[in-house]
Amino acid sequence: MKAAGLQSVVSTFREIKSRAESQWWELRDGGKPVVLVGTATCGRAAGALEVVQAIRDELKKQKLDCPVIEVGCMGHCYAEPIVTIIKPGYPPICYGHVNPVIAERLIREFILGDDPCLEFVLGALEENDLVPSFSDFPRAKFEKKVILKNCGYIDPQQIEHYIANGGYSALVKALQMPPEKIIDEVKRSGLRGRGGAGFPAGEKWEICRNASGKPKYLICNGDEGDPGAFMDRAILESDPHSVLEGMLIAGYAIGAPFGYLYVRAEYPLAVRRAQLALRQARKLNLLGRNILGSDFSFDIKLFQGSGAFVCGEETALIASLEGKPGIPHYRPPYPATNGLYGKPTLINNVKTLSFIRHIIQNGAEWFVSIGTERSKGTAVFALAGKVVNTGLTEVPMGTTLRQVIFDVGSGIPGGKRFKAVQIGGPSGGCLPESALDLPIDFDSLADAGAMMGSGGMIVLDEDDCMVEIARYFLDFTQRESCGKCTFCRLGTKQMLEVLDEITKGKGKIKDLDMLVELAEDIKAGSLCGLGKTAPNPVLSTLRFFRDEYEAHIKEGRCPALMCRELIAYYIIPEKCERSCDACVGTCTVEAISANKKRVKVIDQEKCVKCGTCLTSCPPQYNAVVKLSPPSQVPASK
Amino acid sequence: MKTISLTIDGKKVTASEGEKVLWAALDNGIYIPNLCALRDASESPAACCLCFVEVEGKSQPVTACTERVEQGMVVNTRSPGALRLARTALELLLASNVVDCAHCPANGSCELQKIAHHLGVKLKTRRFRKLLRELPVDSSSPVFIYDPNKCVLCGRCVWVCRERLGIGVLGFAHRGFERLVTTFADEPIAESRCRECGECVVACPTGALTFKEQ
Repeated sequence: MKAAGLQSVVSTFREIKSRAESQWWELRDGGKPVVLVGTATCGRAAGALEVVQAIRDELKKQKLDCPVIEVGCMGHCYAEPIVTIIKPGYPPICYGHVNPVIAERLIREFILGDDPCLEFVLGALEENDLVPSFSDFPRAKFEKKVILKNCGYIDPQQIEHYIANGGYSALVKALQMPPEKIIDEVKRSGLRGRGGAGFPAGEKWEICRNASGKPKYLICNGDEGDPGAFMDRAILESDPHSVLEGMLIAGYAIGAPFGYLYVRAEYPLAVRRAQLALRQARKLNLLGRNILGSDFSFDIKLFQGSGAFVCGEETALIASLEGKPGIPHYRPPYPATNGLYGKPTLINNVKTLSFIRHIIQNGAEWFVSIGTERSKGTAVFALAGKVVNTGLTEVPMGTTLRQVIFDVGSGIPGGKRFKAVQIGGPSGGCLPESALDLPIDFDSLADAGAMMGSGGMIVLDEDDCMVEIARYFLDFTQRESCGKCTFCRLGTKQMLEVLDEITKGKGKIKDLDMLVELAEDIKAGSLCGLGKTAPNPVLSTLRFFRDEYEAHIKEGRCPALMCRELIAYYIIPEKCERSCDACVGTCTVEAISANKKRVKVIDQEKCVKCGTCLTSCPPQYNAVVKLSPPSQVPASK
Repeated sequence: MKTISLTIDGKKVTASEGEKVLWAALDNGIYIPNLCALRDASESPAACCLCFVEVEGKSQPVTACTERVEQGMVVNTRSPGALRLARTALELLLASNVVDCAHCPANGSCELQKIAHHLGVKLKTRRFRKLLRELPVDSSSPVFIYDPNKCVLCGRCVWVCRERLGIGVLGFAHRGFERLVTTFADEPIAESRCRECGECVVACPTGALTFKEQ
């Protein structure tokens, strides 16, 4: 790039940055209290918008002039809605499980008065003598926030917040480097694609840069579709500019003039926030023609996916971008040489691109210093299922599953026993307790029979039936299969039939061998990644929990008491309280009646096994139990 | 164009550079089962999963319709690994097909029969569950009958109608197990833009598309 252009880049950006910084510090240190409310999808689901409204109303009522800022997700999704109050003289304090009533109290008692309402405190953002800070949390010892650093702390709808916190500085730095140098930096960092397969990002960039064909395209894959995974959504909702900056740097490095941001249409808020971010970046000339006065031009278009899981597969994604049905085709040729409209196309996941600015800013050596031998940097996980602290976490590669689930996630709720963790979504596998001390990285998970996948981590406890979990995931992939190739279309359907039979107690022991044989063939023969990984949940549960399959088949028993056809509800007569009628009233099919002694009895013929009686039986009696197989129910006298 | 020499099943053959192994084999009288591959199409859909072969130096069997010939390549179409995949794929197709040969106009000319014979697979497979969809037969066209229950979704008819003839009456709809060759909005063929040329029937490897008796 020409020296004159470079000078203009640096000086233009310096002005933009100083304006952004003064805006940011005026907000943070302007003498006024500031209220931050997490309004990413997780917050909204818990009622954050009502909380925002209540705060605004109360501030108006109290005639207080203090800014209310909507921020993204901090990762503490279990405690949403989360409100942070930054009041001069106090550390920034975070409150969890806030509802409109608590919100009003916070305004009246903390902002107007001087009582920081310690009973609602989740933690402080900075260390202080008043309240415990997040850095005192046990999980802080294991977490290392790189790409989630801004999430929940800045307003994703204000580009100035991002810039004031170091945003777009990496782009300016990158523009002063030759593209080859950037690729070299990414290569040396050892960054591997965070979309699932873990292909070295720098290598992919290099292949694409060296491929012939013009123009080149860049695609950011935000078609996150795994059940239980929400990392990309959180990043796009909480820090969209970090993705754009990564795209800009990647575009500059490979020599692409144009990029697509492919986001699921099912993420309306992510779409809105990304669109706003694009407009803001364009306004400041951080996007568009001659960026910051340089000779680099790059524009990004947001494309909304159309609801097919398989579109996360890169060739299907490209087909859908081209306006064709989202159906994968055979690779090679790979998109890096032969992608969108037949041109060289770089496809990277949202998280992969989010790392770029940090690598450029801090250097490859810094990135290499985090993580394991072959997997560098941090990994973002979405913790879901039977875990106390559901939400997002970012830990260095090499952290063990136990640390993530028990230290970061605070373990299993309700004193239940851990059974397995499902990693990598429908393409991944279930790992048992014996794998808990496994350091997480791309290779160790693959060796153990799971997969890094996109980073969804579903924790399962003793109440989860592993056959049913495998059936659930297979049902998902089977329905989301595009249906093009024989193995995926018909093979997964055959497997699902067998699993259906097993969960209904109609399985045969020889089916298990057929299941494994067919699974191996589907893995070897399917056309795309969806089919090649679809049998993983079945194979991994069969490997680690074969006894559960056998219990279903041989004894008609579901050890986790989950498979409806293999259980019966039973009221223990000795425990049933004569004067209580809770179950009788709540039974939806009138299957429960009282006998002469006023002991309640379930008519097994009528019972639909909805489980309402078990929930409605008061805990001091605890008279309703599940029995498996149903023949365990004693004959009524 | 450069000529490449390679070995298929121990036989030395030649093929043009860039040719796919499948066509090189077929041109030299070596049969590899296939349904979805089209010589005139620029790219093979690689959908039917029947043409698996083993190539020396590759750890896994590959589809012959996508694998380009290379100088000195050694291909084995009858390796246990390749045959296992092809057999499983065929059995899967047969398990979701009515397989009513006795009453089928395609009996004797059906490629499924030919492939089953080649691979040594029984038409009535016992390994898998019979999963049929029981879709309605479309006999609205004066020229041919379309029975989706006999369709293997190879896509030959779709390609011929759309790419070669530029008509585009037939296309794929739905996904997963529900995937289906059909007309726009599932209208009867007689009400579509079908020109009754019958090219799709000629292309169909099974009894899914058959001419009405004159």
